[in-house]
Amino acid sequence: MDSEKKDIREWYQTAFADFENSLNGGASLPFHAVRKKAIARFAELGFPSTRNEDWKYTNIAPLLKHQFQPVAEAPDIAAESLAPFLFKGLDADRLVFVNGVYNEALSSVSNLPDGVILDTLENAFTTHADTVTQALGKTVSYEEETFSALNTAFARTGVFLSVPAGVVLERPLYILHVSKTEGREFLAAPRNLFLFGDNSQARLVEGHYNLDGGTSFKNSVTEISVGADALVEHVRIQDESKDAFHFATTQVEQATGSNYTSVAIDLGGSLVRNNLNVHLAEERCEAHLIGFYFGSGRQLIDNHTMIDHAVPNCESNELYKGILDDRAHGVFNGKVMVRPDAQKTNAFQQNQAILLSDDAHIDSKPQLEIFADDVKCSHGATVGELDDESLFYLRARGIGEQEAHAMLRLAFARDIFNYIKIDAVRERLEELVVERFNNKA
Amino acid sequence: MLSIKNLHVSVEDTEILKGVNLEVKPGEIHAIMGPNGSGKSTFANVLAGREEYEVTDGEVTYLGQDLLDMAPEERAREGVFLAFQYPVEIPGVSTSHFMKTALNAIREHRGEEQLDAMQFLKLAREKMQLIEMDEKFLHRSVNDGFSGGEKKRNEIFQMAVLEPKLAILDETDSGLDIDALRIVANGVNKLRSSDNAFIVVTHYQRLLNYIVPDYVHVLVDGRIVESGDKNLALRLEEQGYDWVKDNDAVTA
Ligand SMILES: Nc1ncnc2c1ncn2[C@@H]1O[C@H](COP(=O)(O)OP(=O)(O)OP(=O)(O)O)[C@@H](O)[C@H]1O
Ligand SMILES: [Mg+2]
Repeated sequence: MDSEKKDIREWYQTAFADFENSLNGGASLPFHAVRKKAIARFAELGFPSTRNEDWKYTNIAPLLKHQFQPVAEAPDIAAESLAPFLFKGLDADRLVFVNGVYNEALSSVSNLPDGVILDTLENAFTTHADTVTQALGKTVSYEEETFSALNTAFARTGVFLSVPAGVVLERPLYILHVSKTEGREFLAAPRNLFLFGDNSQARLVEGHYNLDGGTSFKNSVTEISVGADALVEHVRIQDESKDAFHFATTQVEQATGSNYTSVAIDLGGSLVRNNLNVHLAEERCEAHLIGFYFGSGRQLIDNHTMIDHAVPNCESNELYKGILDDRAHGVFNGKVMVRPDAQKTNAFQQNQAILLSDDAHIDSKPQLEIFADDVKCSHGATVGELDDESLFYLRARGIGEQEAHAMLRLAFARDIFNYIKIDAVRERLEELVVERFNNKA
Repeated sequence: MLSIKNLHVSVEDTEILKGVNLEVKPGEIHAIMGPNGSGKSTFANVLAGREEYEVTDGEVTYLGQDLLDMAPEERAREGVFLAFQYPVEIPGVSTSHFMKTALNAIREHRGEEQLDAMQFLKLAREKMQLIEMDEKFLHRSVNDGFSGGEKKRNEIFQMAVLEPKLAILDETDSGLDIDALRIVANGVNKLRSSDNAFIVVTHYQRLLNYIVPDYVHVLVDGRIVESGDKNLALRLEEQGYDWVKDNDAVTA
């Protein structure tokens, strides 16, 4: 095991040299110095074992059995093949990435309001060098955590969005990642930077899908800065191949009076680890962290969230629900930190799981660290099964067993989906999960 | 239509029904009365296909088929309907979606065309009017936060939508005020025809003033101990169950 870890660490170090060569001009930009420091730091940190508290329930050994290769080019895919991932009736700007590589032909961006910058990170390194250099890596450090270091080292591109103060993006932005492995075990390291000015408003939809099955490793880092009184809704759909490794870190910084909602839906992946960290840095912020996952087979879906109440008068609301079948394994780790200054904090956390099989299991760890005294904090965790009485009631009306199951599972997830305010997205997702339920009822 | 012979049912190794016999023909209304815990709901639920109840002996034939061999949904599709004594709350499933799915499953079974959302809504609205329920209930989750009386009316609404051949009403009258009782009875009478039958479980004569039964049976300790016409219900109302308790089982 340990030697395997060491070997694979060396593999990524070697891969880095090839990656550098593929960067061409990119290697002369200032960010490249950061990549080099990051790969060096990665080599020091190594991969975590389950002895590491943050990885106690999630054994990444399967990841270390593969030699994932960074790629500069992606296979062509036909525009029609995106159809299943587009939301009927959704009028959105769209950026498409194939195997982590930006695909301009499949993307479509309308006229954006004045001052809005939307580009690939790769372009923004040169076109908006100052802004990017100043903001990138400000909230996610490669120093502390292996996967952030690995992302930083291999970060080639991603999305850069800057919305100036007072601007409302009428159309949602849809960031669509599709993978088509064609048998190549590739590494993608999307790196996204979202800067929302004061009083701005935006809706992000992020989708991670797969076209041909196969194994890949996506290790993304997204930094989001939400300005004063800004309103951001962020929907994330992960429906990768059942053999994919999906690691994602999202770090959110909130300024006074801002409101951020994350709705994360996880359906795919073999080993999935989402880190979602929200820093309530100024007063009167509101954060909603909402999640739903459905795991079957031997999937492992791990949601690690951290809400940092650093100042008074903020509110956080967290609700994660999961359904696990077969031998699937869910992990929920919800850390809520209420620092000594953070009086009048409201922090609410709930996580609920339904286990459909005796071999499915969930490790759930609420972690409330409260250092202020005038606060309202609550947390609850439940694990249950589908209700037999409800099932009988539906069947007694003529509804087949499988459909009744799917109805009850969707009902369980209903309040999660209700957080998705874009009708076209919510409706399609409900359909998608019902399809999934019916494949596996 | 329904023929029950020597039905024995156990729950967790306790025998609840100890040899029930009953014949129901199309167009008939049978009332079943009896003290608390005598097995009335067990009987109703077994007919609807609830799996916790284990049938240890006897047979049930419904329209020439072995009813006990059918899954709950098959029974419903063949026209069996149970109005639950305690309807289940299902947050997250809207009443309209639930009923549309159920009706279409039944229609499919009958080889009829599926109703689309508009067609279903039209039908559902008519039935809501019939039982004087506000149409807003269609958009609420099934029974979620409904009052006791609203839940009972919702059962009758569902019955009106699904138009069963054999409807079993398990204390649908309990908890209803006098107006609601009249409305529910009205719903039943509208559905009544020479082709379908009702089994009405009740503790009270008052429902039977509106829904006049052809037969009244008294279930005590898992056996039908007395059967008669509607006058039996009046006598039970006056004298209670003591006088029948020691009777031997009868064949109804
Ligand atoms: N699921 C169960 N588990 C254990 N015992 C049960 C179960 N269901 C019913 N019983 C028992 O079976 C007996 C008959 O219950 P049942 O509900 O059929 O009575 P009932 O005649 O409908 O009574 P009521 O008039 O109060 O509705 C009771 O003693 C009850 O406690
Ligand atoms: Mg009862």
